[in-house]
Amino acid sequence: MSNPHDEVANSIDVAPGDEHLEGSIAQRVIGYLTGLGLAILLTATSFFVAGTDLVWQPSIPVALVVLALAQMGVHLVFFLHITTGPDNTNNVLALAFGVLIVVLVIGGSLWIMANLNHNMMPMDQLMQMQR
Amino acid sequence: MSTIALTESHHGATVTREWSGPASKRIVTGYGFWIFILSDMIMFSAFFATYAVLLGQTAGGPTGHDLFDLRNVAIETAFLLASSFTCGMASIAADTRNTTSFQLAMVVTCAFGLGFLVLEGQEFASLVLRGAGPTRSAFLSAFFTLVGCHGLHVSAGILWLLTMMAQVFTKGFRPDIQRRILCFALFWHALDIIWIAVFTVVYLLGSAK
Repeated sequence: MSNPHDEVANSIDVAPGDEHLEGSIAQRVIGYLTGLGLAILLTATSFFVAGTDLVWQPSIPVALVVLALAQMGVHLVFFLHITTGPDNTNNVLALAFGVLIVVLVIGGSLWIMANLNHNMMPMDQLMQMQR
Repeated sequence: MSTIALTESHHGATVTREWSGPASKRIVTGYGFWIFILSDMIMFSAFFATYAVLLGQTAGGPTGHDLFDLRNVAIETAFLLASSFTCGMASIAADTRNTTSFQLAMVVTCAFGLGFLVLEGQEFASLVLRGAGPTRSAFLSAFFTLVGCHGLHVSAGILWLLTMMAQVFTKGFRPDIQRRILCFALFWHALDIIWIAVFTVVYLLGSAK
């Protein structure tokens, strides 16, 4: 009970950031190396796409966002060890709720502010009215 | 911790599943800290929303396209990614109770983190010197708030990293120290995730326009 290794080995679920139950050191290092390789690949692609003339220009912002989301997924899986296993349900649910709030905050702000901008009288007309 | 077989009745069918007692302290701590990290990300989402709304409000001043140096950002990104990897190595060393590897991996993580902060500090200083400080326009205020807040988190992470090195040095790999190392690793990896959003939204999209 006092040994944290036994605690981890005996428990049915895994904390975020924790190793999976039957992971040897080599397997865990390979996991981090895989994550590092994928992250480098995605980052390099992002920087390449941002500066290149080889792709259709209007597609670049979408491509950058998709690459960033993919890299966040890679980090979550290989570095933070968020998995789809039944032992990780609590962490995944908390993450899903967090993502919902983040989408609401960013999307909602942009939507509302764009709407306000659209409906606001141009500044020079507003000045005229105050005279 | 012995395994208990539970028998329950679901709509007439009898289901037997195993229950090995309440989750260990390590799992509860990790879950709680994960909730904190998510709340931190929600705070960052508010800064991102502010930045996105104020992106065009340059008050006649410089835009991101005029200001950002992508080579500098690429090096910062590489530093943070490398530090995330060495932080993972430190977690493995902590779990195997290898003090030398742990301290070594933490020193390397700290060096990469400091390198990131130095580059960011140089960037901020050169922006202020060029008259593009946070007071120049709403766009630059939002930029300094968002990127500076991430930089503050990295600084706090480095202080925490040094604390963990000192605690392992004086107290060894006690279970409570191990849980703190787990939380620190979560924090450090989460900072790298936020940096992905920063370099994509602020720097790459900002200099593309």
